[in-house]
Amino acid sequence: MTETVLSVKNLTTHFFTRSGVVKAVDNVSFDLAKGEIMGLVGESGSGKTVTGFSLLGLVDEPGRIVSGSITLKDKALTSLSNAELRRWRGREISMIFQDPIATLNPVLTIGRQMRLAIAAHERTSARAAEDRATDLLSKVGIPSARARLDAYPHEFSGGMRQRVAIAIALLHRPSVIIADEPTTALDVSIQAQILQQMRVLAAETGTAMIWISHDLAVVSSLASKLAVMYAGRIVEQGPTATLLRNPRHPYTAGLMNSLPAMTKPGTPLKQIPGTTPSLLSLPPGCPFAPRCQRATAQCQHDPELTIHGDRGWRCFDPVGHMDEVSS
Amino acid sequence: MLGFIIQRFLQAIGVMAVMSLIVFCGVYAIGNPIDIVIPPEATQDLRDEVIRRLGLDRPLYEQYFIFLVNLLKGDLGRSFVYNIPVLELIGGRLPATLELVLISVVSASVIGVSLGIYAGYRPESWTAKTIMAASVLGFSVPSFWVGLILILTFAVNLGWLPAGGRGATIDIWGVAWSFPTLDGLSHIILPAINLALFKLAMMIRLARAGTREIMLTDTIKFARAAGLSEITILRQHLLKLISIPIITVFGLELGSTLAFAVVTETIFSWPGVGKLIIDSIAVLDRPVMVAYLILVAFLFVTINFVIDLIFALIDPRVRRGAAS
Ligand SMILES: Nc1ncnc2c1ncn2[C@@H]1O[C@H](COP(=O)(O)OP(=O)(O)OP(=O)(O)O)[C@@H](O)[C@H]1O
Ligand SMILES: [Mg+2]
Repeated sequence: MTETVLSVKNLTTHFFTRSGVVKAVDNVSFDLAKGEIMGLVGESGSGKTVTGFSLLGLVDEPGRIVSGSITLKDKALTSLSNAELRRWRGREISMIFQDPIATLNPVLTIGRQMRLAIAAHERTSARAAEDRATDLLSKVGIPSARARLDAYPHEFSGGMRQRVAIAIALLHRPSVIIADEPTTALDVSIQAQILQQMRVLAAETGTAMIWISHDLAVVSSLASKLAVMYAGRIVEQGPTATLLRNPRHPYTAGLMNSLPAMTKPGTPLKQIPGTTPSLLSLPPGCPFAPRCQRATAQCQHDPELTIHGDRGWRCFDPVGHMDEVSS
Repeated sequence: MLGFIIQRFLQAIGVMAVMSLIVFCGVYAIGNPIDIVIPPEATQDLRDEVIRRLGLDRPLYEQYFIFLVNLLKGDLGRSFVYNIPVLELIGGRLPATLELVLISVVSASVIGVSLGIYAGYRPESWTAKTIMAASVLGFSVPSFWVGLILILTFAVNLGWLPAGGRGATIDIWGVAWSFPTLDGLSHIILPAINLALFKLAMMIRLARAGTREIMLTDTIKFARAAGLSEITILRQHLLKLISIPIITVFGLELGSTLAFAVVTETIFSWPGVGKLIIDSIAVLDRPVMVAYLILVAFLFVTINFVIDLIFALIDPRVRRGAAS
């Protein structure tokens, strides 16, 4: 086995709002090996982004990590102070956001923003910083990178801006990058290019990635393992290939059935009936039960995580067969 | 950038031309200065003579034309009352207003923006809530009342600071200034505070609103995710992002305070231009009024021009918008 760079155990993040406690992330656990790409899939509002921010220690008010541990390269991030945590952000773990238009500062040049990101962790000469920034910009596919250092974000297209953001996230060769739907706002051909480039860069630098998406098709082409999130929990996880071949959680199965590729052309897409529950005051039991055709009385209780080899799921009555799971 | 400057410059000239016409006609419409300049017992011959000498017998458009030609020569006419060139009259009073207003607007802005950023950065803190409550006071208490209270407290009761006047002055480039002397400075403090309070409150509100909004954006989150320290984020990212509305208000406040510091100047017997214009209106000293309003228009046009330039320097998108 390769070494584990990130280990998340029972991570739970709540928002203490005026109208009640929002359980945005509930008992989430996973491990990430060096250079591994994990896809984190789930519907809108399932807690993917909050999971990402929890890993960085950047949960917005009124939220906070209630319990659980995050261990990055043998360092327990959850026990660090804010000031110590800052030294890890951007250097060992960084994040790319969904909307490239909003992430870069419109009134600072790209070069300035990259220099600030370098200076956050290292003292270098202006010259060295510029070289490093140029090098990364060309790596992520920005032509005539050195000249572009003096450009402002609005002089770039959306796809190019996202590349700049990726370059910034890669500046310190972090062990883990969280990519929060970085290609959702871009058109399909650019999306494919960026996916391909990220895969190459991650392999080259040994960076592990958590690729967040609501699109199972996109992540499965990229990630070697998947975690499916529903209402703040990971309901199923495992290697991409076996998980897709033999999904065990009814929600995963439903997600796969609703993929256009799984539907006969001309017939309507098979949607999962019902809507995502509000994370505010979730009723006890399996959160998917109200939408699940297989639900029984025991689903009033919370299903424990069942672990079988490299697969895991939270369901009393999983679909498919146990013996097909690891083949 | 050069094209941008030229474009704004031409705009400024256009605005000035229109303003001069409006001001001239507006002032022409109010009152008849003859009744004030000439004693009622003067003979008709004397009246006609004076009217002719002042050029008041010509048609309005001719008067305007003469005024415009003289204006371009830098001649704004002579005061009916003091019988000295208007520019000299205003110029003699301007430094007093200038130093008072600059000191109060600049310190109100520096202090207000700092407090506002703090209040926006830690909105839930005790300090922030105190700052915001105090800023409501700054908005709602009338300026003349604050002035009187300041005099009563610090000049009359405590006797720490003088109640009015400019105090000792020093001549720099042939102009008298109060701020370089200790005595002059002690005279500036109270009127400057009086002028500053409202602006302080406004700057606090503006900076706080901007800070709260910007701190929630992805730009700041992304900077945090890259490991930037909070102080770097505030200095390098936030300050520039909130600066545009702040600079706008700073410029407008500077202009309007320079032009209309009347109340404070009256309460503290500060011999500035505000007092001069009030006196001139009372006696219908038309050249002083016209010149003053033209200068105020010029002041605002200049300030707007400078603000636009600063915007273009700060925000690259403005620069591009102007070029296209
Ligand atoms: N600042 C906040 N205050 C209160 N609740 C919040 C806050 N931020 C997120 N939440 C709640 O946390 C839950 C999870 O949100 P999150 O943004 O992680 O969803 P997501 O899976 O990333 O969805 P999407 O695909 O739309 O990005 C949502 O129900 C949301 O309402
Ligand atoms: Mg999200």
